[in-house]
Parts: sequence; C-alpha cells; structure tokens
Amino acid sequence: MSAEAYGAQRPLQDREEPRHETLGGHLLPVDRANRMLRVTPAPAPRQRVPFPFSAIVAQEEMKNALILSAIDATIGGVLIFGDRGTGKSTAIRALAALLPRMRAIVGCPYGCEPGRPAASCEHCQRLSLDKGRRGQAESHLVPVPVVDLPLGATEDRVVGALDLERALARGEKAFQPGLLAKAHRGFLYIDEVNLLEDHLVDVLLDVAASGENVVEREGLSIRHPARFVLVGSGNPEEGELRPQLLDRFGLSVDVETPSDLETRIEVVRRRDAFDRDPEAFADAWRGRDAGIRRRISAARKKVGSMTTSEGALRRATELCMALGTDGLRGELTLIRAARALAAYQGADSVEEEHVRVVAPMALRHRLRRSPLDDSRATTRVERAIGEVFGS
Amino acid sequence: MTPDPAGADLAGLALAVLAVAPEAASGIWLRAQAGPDRDRWLAALRAYALPGVPFRRMPAGIAESRLIGGLDLAATLASGLPVTERGLLAEADGGYLVISMAERLDPWLASLVAATAETGELHVERDGVTQTLPAHFAMVALDEGIDDEAPSAILTERLGLVLDLAHAPFGEIPFTPGAVAAARERLPAVTTSARIIGELCAAAAGFGLASLRPSLQAVGVARALAALHGRIDVADEDAILAAALVLAPRAVQWPSRQEQQEETPPPPPPDAETPPPETPPQDQSGDPPDDVMSQSALAALPAGLLADLKARAAAGRQRSAGKAGAREKNARRGRAVGVKPGDPRTGARLGLIDTLRAAAPWQKLRRGASFGDGTIAVRREDFRIVRRRARRRTTTLFIVDASGSSALQRLGEAKGAVQLLLAECYVRRDEVALITFRGRVAEMVLPPTRALARAARALAGLAGGGGTPLATAIDTARQVAEGIMRSGRTPVLVFMTDARANIGRDGQPGRERAMADARQAARELAALGQTVILIDTANKPGEAAAVLADAMEARYLPLPYAAPEMVVHAVSQERPAPRAAHRA
Repeated sequence: MSAEAYGAQRPLQDREEPRHETLGGHLLPVDRANRMLRVTPAPAPRQRVPFPFSAIVAQEEMKNALILSAIDATIGGVLIFGDRGTGKSTAIRALAALLPRMRAIVGCPYGCEPGRPAASCEHCQRLSLDKGRRGQAESHLVPVPVVDLPLGATEDRVVGALDLERALARGEKAFQPGLLAKAHRGFLYIDEVNLLEDHLVDVLLDVAASGENVVEREGLSIRHPARFVLVGSGNPEEGELRPQLLDRFGLSVDVETPSDLETRIEVVRRRDAFDRDPEAFADAWRGRDAGIRRRISAARKKVGSMTTSEGALRRATELCMALGTDGLRGELTLIRAARALAAYQGADSVEEEHVRVVAPMALRHRLRRSPLDDSRATTRVERAIGEVFGS
Repeated sequence: MTPDPAGADLAGLALAVLAVAPEAASGIWLRAQAGPDRDRWLAALRAYALPGVPFRRMPAGIAESRLIGGLDLAATLASGLPVTERGLLAEADGGYLVISMAERLDPWLASLVAATAETGELHVERDGVTQTLPAHFAMVALDEGIDDEAPSAILTERLGLVLDLAHAPFGEIPFTPGAVAAARERLPAVTTSARIIGELCAAAAGFGLASLRPSLQAVGVARALAALHGRIDVADEDAILAAALVLAPRAVQWPSRQEQQEETPPPPPPDAETPPPETPPQDQSGDPPDDVMSQSALAALPAGLLADLKARAAAGRQRSAGKAGAREKNARRGRAVGVKPGDPRTGARLGLIDTLRAAAPWQKLRRGASFGDGTIAVRREDFRIVRRRARRRTTTLFIVDASGSSALQRLGEAKGAVQLLLAECYVRRDEVALITFRGRVAEMVLPPTRALARAARALAGLAGGGGTPLATAIDTARQVAEGIMRSGRTPVLVFMTDARANIGRDGQPGRERAMADARQAARELAALGQTVILIDTANKPGEAAAVLADAMEARYLPLPYAAPEMVVHAVSQERPAPRAAHRA
C-alpha cells in the first residue's frame, strides 16, 4: 500500500461527522451533503467542460428525444443505439449541463420536491409530521442529477448497502445510499447498456417500474424513492438488448454516422475547436444552450395543460393498431411524446403532425420481432405512418 | 507539398506524436511480436515522454477489481476503517497505459478501459466506495495477434495511431528530446485550417471509414506533427503523415479510381435495409479533394505494409467488428456476479468485503462477549463466497451446403434458422455462426455473433451453385469449432447437406475420392467430442448422409424440406441447458 493510495482516501476520514438520526428504530441515511464530500477525491479532477448540446451537428432525432424526456419525465427514458463515434455519450453528458435546476427540500437525502415529498422518503414524511411546528420545509435549487452507472459498478453501490465505514468504526448500522438514490428525480445513464450484467438489469427493471428501491440486505430494511429517467446507449454490434429492458425505454433512437461529407467535416471542425479550447468554445455556444434551456422550462410549465386534438388521438391509435404494438404503453408514450413536442414548439394543442414526428422514436422498439422479416423496425414504422397519415 | 513524406520513419514519428500529444491520438495500436524491436520502441517512448509520467502495464488477465480499484482489504483490516485502493486506470493518469496482449483482452475489460479513456475519469462505484478519479492516459495496445486475431473494435476505435513494426521497422526518432519538449510547449498554439480538416475528412471517406473518430484523431496527430516540425499551422505534409499513421492502416477500401472500381463491393440493392458497417459515405457533396491526400498518404506507407493492408481489407471486412462478441475470456472462472453465504473452504473464492459487511453490525455485541478492541470478529455465518457465472454459453455453427441446384432453398432455410436462433439468443447471449461451402472452398460467411442486424446483413444475397467440397467444409468447421472452444464456449455444429461430396480435400473433382476424404474429415471432427447434428437435405434422404453422420458421431436428421422452425427445434434439443450452468 503506497502513501499515495492512503492520501487518496483522506477526505473520507477528514470529513465532518455525519448526522445520524433515527426515527422509530429506523435508520436514516447519511445526508446528501456528506455524500458529496465522499465523492470528492484528492487530487480533485480537472473539471471538464462538457461539449455544448447545441453544438452537436445533425442527429436531430437523438437531440429531440433527449429534450422531450427532459420536458416530461413520464415519457420514460431514451435508448440510443448506433454506430461507434456518433456522439451518443457526448449528447447525454451535454444534456446534463442543459437541464434547468430543480427545487429540493434542504437536508433530504433524496432531494424530494417541496410540497410533494415521496411517500417512501422517511426524512420528508417525518418533516411533514413536524410541519405544524416548523412551517413549510426549507428548499433550495440544486442541479438535476445525471448519474452515470459506470461499467464495473457492483450491486452494493447500485442499490445501496450498509455503510461499512460507520459499521466498522462505530458499530453503527447506517445505510449508504447507492446510485439509484442519487438518481432520484434525475437521469440514470448507462453507457454500453447491452453489456450490463443481468442481475443489475433485473434490479433496474424492478426499480424503474415501481419508482422505489427496496433494500433488504445485511440486516437493513430500507425503502426509498428512486424515480428516474433511464437513458441507455449501446452499439448493436455488441449484442441485442433483452426485450424486457427494451420495453422500459419510452423512446428509442437509432443513430448513424452522418454520411455526407460537409456534415462530417463540420463535426470534426467543431470537435477540434472544442478540444483546443473547451472554455472558449462553450462560451461561444452558451447563448444557444440557454435558449434551449428556456424552451425546456417553458414547455415543462405548459405540458400539463396541453389539449390533444381528436385527430391526433385517432392517428395515434390507428398507428399502434397498424403496427400491432402490445399493450397500451406504446400509445401512451406516443401521446406523451407528442404533447411534449407540441409544448416545446410552443403550439397550443397536440396535432396530428406532432404524433407523426415522434412516432418512430416512440414505437420502433415496441414492434413484435419477426425474425423472418428482414426490414428494420424504422422502416416498418415509416411504412405504417405512410398508411395512416396517407404520406 | 514538396517535402516528400514517403520513406519517413513511421515508427519514430508515431512515437514522437505519442510523446508530444498523448491525448490527441488517445493511443496507439502497436502490432508487433514481443521482442527486442518492440522493447526498444517502448523504451524510446519512455525516454521521450514527459519525465516522471506513469507507465503502467496492464496484463491481459487483469482482474476487474485491480483495474478499477475499490476497497483495500489489507489496509482496511489493519486500520479498522475503509481504505480505498486506486485502480490501475487511475494510476496511469497523466501517463501511458501499456496493454499487453490486447488481442486477448476480454471485451468487457476493453469497454471499461475505452470508456475511461474517453472521459478521462474513472468512476468507481464498488465495495461501498464512491470516487471519481482523474484518469487521462494514452493507451499503448500491444497486439501480437496473428491472422485474424485483433483487439476488440471497442478498443481499436479509440487508438488513433496504428503501427505495424513488422512492416514499418523502427529506425530512429527523427527528433531530439529537446525538439519533442519544445513541440509540447508549442502544441496548444497550433491551428488547423478548415481546408486541411476538410481534406482529412475526405481522405477518411476515401478509405471507407464510417466512424468519425479516425478523422478527429488524424487532425490531432497532424497538429502534433506540425508542432514537432516547429510550425504553428498544420502543413500539407503534416496532414499526409497523419493520414498515413491514422487513416490508411484502417482502410476498408482504396481511394484510387480504377482500384475502387475493382474492389468496392457493388452498391447494396435498394431494399437492403441495414447498411453494411463500413459503408463509405455515399453522397459526397461537391468534388472531394480526397485523391491527393489519400494517395500521398498511401505513398508514405512502406510497400510491404500496403500489400498487407490490402490483403487484410480484402479478407477481413468482418475481422475487427465481428470479434467483439466472440471473445469471452476467463472461461475457467467466469465473471463474479454476486455473493452468497457459504463456506470458502470448498474452493470458492471468499467475498471478503461482503463477509466484513455481514460481520460489521455485530461487532459491538461480539466485542463485548469475547474480543478485545480493534479485532474484527468474523463468524462462520458471516462468510460470503463469490458467485460466478460459468461461461457455458454455446455458439451454434451452421455449415451449409451451397452447392448444386437446391442451394438457394437450403440457404434460405439456414438463414431462417440462424435468425430464429438469434432471436432466441439475445435472452441467453448465445452466438450463431455460418459457414457455406461450394465450388472448391468453404467460407465463413457469418463469424460468431449475437447481433441480429449483423447476421441479417451477412446473410443477404448469398450465392449458390457449383461443386461440393464436403471434406474441406468439415475441416473448416473443425478449425472454427476449436477456436470456439478456445474462447471458452461450447460449439454446436449443424451440417445441412445431402452429403454428396464431389470435390476432394485437395480441391480436385472426383466423387469416390471426395467421399473418402469427407469420411476421414468426419472422423477427425468426431474426435473433438462436441455436439454435431447432420441434417440430410436430399430430396430422397439416403445412405450417404447417414454414413457420414455416423462417422462424425452426429445426430442424423433427414429433413428434405427443413423448415427453419424444425431446425431450431432440433438444435435446441441438442444444446446443453444454459440455465443449469449459471451457478458456481
């Protein structure tokens, strides 16, 4: 063990005493501030400026899908599949920088929303019991979490586990929340999603469906909110995705390397400029990024009160029938995505055109797979769109 | 562009670029056998690199935990507090990660290294440790692969420089250490004109490179070369050498006009739904000035290398891409997928961290009972052992007779069966491969894959007709099966043929000889002891196939009209049950 390695974990020991509270015998997790301390390594990494979202060339469908899922989290996440080097992870990391900040209850380990705390958040439930005495819970603006699920993450860090340090040092039984807790109200990003271990996939499926993470291990019995938008990316060459997981993504996008030379040159030119001076490059695009952020904010306010035209509803149903998608999930996602798009475009109501634009990304991964049908899902959806909308 | 880049010492140049701007190229794919030449090159890189930067060697069999880091058990137990250990990827920060035997690297680990190199950060979420550590490093991937072995495409995609020491021998570095140091200072000021960027992109397109990464890497390498030559603007010759170092070695097609007509495959029919992986950009707008750049880049390559590249490009379109799914190493042990309570003395590996976790809540109680301070009391019920997933995954290998008149029908059936199997496969992550034989040769049409889209592409438009080189096909199948076994998978071989061989092992026609050869090959195949199925596709199933099935100890299935579903059913019956193998 080198001295350097000891140095690397110094912040763990130097940090402030974590607050440890109990309620009715239940343990409460270490709060968010303490976890922030824990993730600060020494030496601090050079903060990388992310590539600006608005500077991403072409790939309109991918950008749209990400924006729509940022407007309405209930659309249910985005899956981006495609060639290597098409900027899949660049776009997702850029989105993180683009999201408007959110309001969270101060001290809540899961960053609950003021006025609407999660039922499974013990911290906020206790707080609302006390509210008579203390008045409205304090809140502050925090960045929307975009949590990376890195390759090689172990299950204990994904779902959370016994805090080993406190258990060993003080014999305390405390819960160390995992990545699922961190991602609550935000995004959980899995690169190379098709390489994810099956047992982690199962956990994700379960939590994504229920919005709650139930931890029963090492004598801990913890339940906490974990509502997040799942964003996955991968390369089909590495293998297909399990159908159950596929279905959990609201939208799916196939990205291809742009084939036209001018576009390719523009991609390389911008990337070169960014690599040479990231700050200056980000500055130059800041205005445009801010514009998108404002439109997302405006759309979020509006999306709840949008009306949907009869025609749009009918087309959505017809499309799903023509494609034989299973269940209602496809139709629901289609309408929600169309609504988010309409809100983003500043329209007053959802029209047929909105449905038509989002149909491929909302439906292409929901087609029943026919191994003997060679045509790509996208083609089948487009064919159906042609039939329903009368090209 | 008067200065002649041809004849430049590519090995020395690549080294200088890597020393000046490790992040520009993000790494080098160094094809060379182990030996004094490679050692000399590595030593020189070390001598020219920024003094004091780390060089970390990563062995092919490295454990995931060592690569990423996590809890340091010895130190944790000694101090009684969690102590983190830096992973190898974090240790390489600021320097170079030397990947030994990159062609044998598990694709999973390759993804991990690639993802870390891409972001320059190592995200640790293991053993209760959450850390983000800086991990900016350049990769030096040592590839000793022969023939079709190559590192995973996940990795090579991110290795900007490509160097083959066999064809571009390392002479001397055309720069002094002082010049390299000066170039490092100069680099941030070096600019690239829009014209040069355009030409490099066009050259990449000319070489048929679909991904944009090589173009980007070429721009970065050109800037480093300009800095080395004392310029602050990238000149044409810098760009040409960059193209020779980055783009040309990846070529899947050749830009020169007449050759292009010969070697470019015909454009896919309009109904081919999925474009091939390395399709060159189709509609190049305007008049791309690619010829000069790519031709000059080719001129800079040693003649032997050029010939080698062309042979590779012609032979191995699938080579780099097809490998990723096929390599599953560490088959002896499988990957750890979790822990369960158990006794480590049975030979299972102890999951120490989980054992500690299990013991931790009871420490206060147990200490009170018997132990003094500072000792951690672990009892039998605390023991956790590592559960591994044994790699009992199968690769189903179809060997399909594409000769004679019924070829097309049989190919259609095989194609249907392959796709049906693959549709099943993504649940189980099994693989499927396809060999066809006709005329005089057996050809691997679809290397082992579990990607449906890929298979559909490979299977579109297979040709049929000609002689029946059955012995050659069986030999090929045996070699492929051996390869599958080496990679830790279980092969299941499915022959679809009427077994009427008429081409012998030596490629000469003659039925009698051909049949004898086929039986001989079949007996050699039987010696492998693997599952073999022979589907007799003759209109009147006959003795020939039954005898052959006997010789290869295969299950014999007369299926004159083998519907894909029936083939799949037969294969599923023979395949070892995958679920049972999942526990260790």
